[in-house]
Amino acid sequence: MNRKTSRFVLSVLAFGYAFLYIPLASVIVYSFNDSRLATVWGGFSTRWYGELLRNEQVLDAAFLSLRIAVTTATFATIFGTMAGMALSRFGGFRGRTLFAGMIISPLVMPEVITGLSLLLLFISLQQLIGWPAHRGFTTITIAHTTFAMAYVTVIIQSRLSGMDQSLEEAAMDLGGRPLRVVFDITLPLIAPAMVAGWLLAFTLSLDDLVIATFVSGPGGSTLPMLIFSKVKLGVTPDINALATLIILFVSISVIVAWYAMRRMQRQTEKNMQTAAK
Amino acid sequence: MTGNTNKNTGSHPFIELKDLSKHFGDFVAVDTVNLQIGRGELFSILGASGCGKTTLLRMMAGFETPTSGRIFIDGVDVTDQAPYQRPVNMMFQSYAIFPHMTVEKNVAYGLEKDRVSKGEIKTRVSEILELVQLTRFSKRKPNQLSGGERQRVALARALVKRPKVLLLDEPLAALDKKLREHTQFELMNIQDELGITFVVVTHDQEEAMILSSRIAVMEKGRFEQVGTPKEVYEYPDNRFVADFIGTINMFEGTVETAGDGSISVASDEAGAPLTGLTDRIMENGVKVCIAVRPEKIFISQHEPENQEDTCLPGVVEDLGYFGNLSLYRIRLDSGKIVQVSAQNRRRSAERFLEWDDRVFISWPPRSAIVLTE
Repeated sequence: MNRKTSRFVLSVLAFGYAFLYIPLASVIVYSFNDSRLATVWGGFSTRWYGELLRNEQVLDAAFLSLRIAVTTATFATIFGTMAGMALSRFGGFRGRTLFAGMIISPLVMPEVITGLSLLLLFISLQQLIGWPAHRGFTTITIAHTTFAMAYVTVIIQSRLSGMDQSLEEAAMDLGGRPLRVVFDITLPLIAPAMVAGWLLAFTLSLDDLVIATFVSGPGGSTLPMLIFSKVKLGVTPDINALATLIILFVSISVIVAWYAMRRMQRQTEKNMQTAAK
Repeated sequence: MTGNTNKNTGSHPFIELKDLSKHFGDFVAVDTVNLQIGRGELFSILGASGCGKTTLLRMMAGFETPTSGRIFIDGVDVTDQAPYQRPVNMMFQSYAIFPHMTVEKNVAYGLEKDRVSKGEIKTRVSEILELVQLTRFSKRKPNQLSGGERQRVALARALVKRPKVLLLDEPLAALDKKLREHTQFELMNIQDELGITFVVVTHDQEEAMILSSRIAVMEKGRFEQVGTPKEVYEYPDNRFVADFIGTINMFEGTVETAGDGSISVASDEAGAPLTGLTDRIMENGVKVCIAVRPEKIFISQHEPENQEDTCLPGVVEDLGYFGNLSLYRIRLDSGKIVQVSAQNRRRSAERFLEWDDRVFISWPPRSAIVLTE
């Protein structure tokens, strides 16, 4: 009976994993396919990787995506931290509910709507004041910052509400002016949440296709946009190679992040043990 | 020295609260409180949770703005000053030690904000760590410290700035019983040594009694009584204070005869007339309460001979042996339960009293407290 159950559980597990990972595995395997046809195996080769590195279109898109993601993550972390502090440390100021609602709304707004409204905004701005002259890096970064900031705000706010407010009061009581206290006490204590927020914003920006498509202009193709437009013409092996590289990049980042977090946790546990002695 | 306006005489109160109120919406947390605290006092504000004592303390620290009223410290109106401008430091109930700084850095923080020179910071920090016996922990992080050690870091951090007033919010509540007793005396010694005025907020009446030079008993945002521990315990102003501090037996009744500073009270609960001493002029028929502390009552199996004492017969309902003393619950003929505590002076294998023994409880008139409010 027990054995039967466990066999059933195991097969469900295997099926689940297979469903998730076989497509990924096939992408990786076919990226080493010598054949030009994406679905026919023609022997092992790494030529698509070489071709990928010579393809300036791909390199430009990848570089643009990275630049946008880094800038977005940085601005989203700055603004999101400020908004999170306002929401959890300034008490019930007038218009707080409205402010909270408007900060969080990009989380639930359909991406198509966000993208379209931002596009209309940029077009009217261009007609009115001549800025932005053309759409690309700047407009995509602004658009990404507006929605990534919402995620950072939520992370910072939850970290701050879990933090003992008397820490900041104590610092003020000891002579720290409010702005000084933010830099001395608040920011160092929410730093892990800010790093988490930065990484999340970075990933969201790197990943986004819909909003970027709306607010981008000619010559401003991000990596997801490039892949999507290439796939429309049929899956080519160099896309498989590109996907493999992205999988590798993401896996390494996840492993590094996990390792860093485990080390931090071990350090805390060690401190606790010393304290218990 | 009434009418003396010279502030350098030292005769003015060191801390003065004038008609201080704090409302949170419709809720009145602190209700027109007036208080004067002298220099070097160890003053306690005692009350159950939600009585407004922490709000009062936070107004003195500057974290809450009073709805009305003024706060003076050393003759200066500090009501509109920000927390970082006041000559006041606070020790928080949670201790609020900065977790990302070492003990040393925690203590030095306040001095750094005051732009004290590096050399002076070093000497003052090591002096104060010496005082609270934390020198060997100076490089540790807070999560490597025990509860008692953290409490001393918080104390050192608040004291190192040499404030005029130190505010302590439930300073010992987070410690276990044994450490609490030890720390109580340590706090008193430090206060004595530095001569800083301490204002302590606590819900623990034993702590307030031991520590304080004076106590304010607070209830529903108001002070019920302000006085020395002895005054508050032996001469409570009203039923609330009598009942709140320690244990007490209360007999409700009406004045039968009054005169010569002594009254006789008829009480159904007691079943016999009770005598009390009072300076106040009382009329016959006024409702009063006669209150007696358990340790002021004598208990015996024979009727006492002294005719002046109040004497009531009863039966031992319950008794508890605590080693140094015994507690008795005596049921009077009226059904009222009276608590009596007696020191076990003699050492004997046999118990003095047993359950259901017929006994007489008695006390002299000067032990009875007459309460009208």
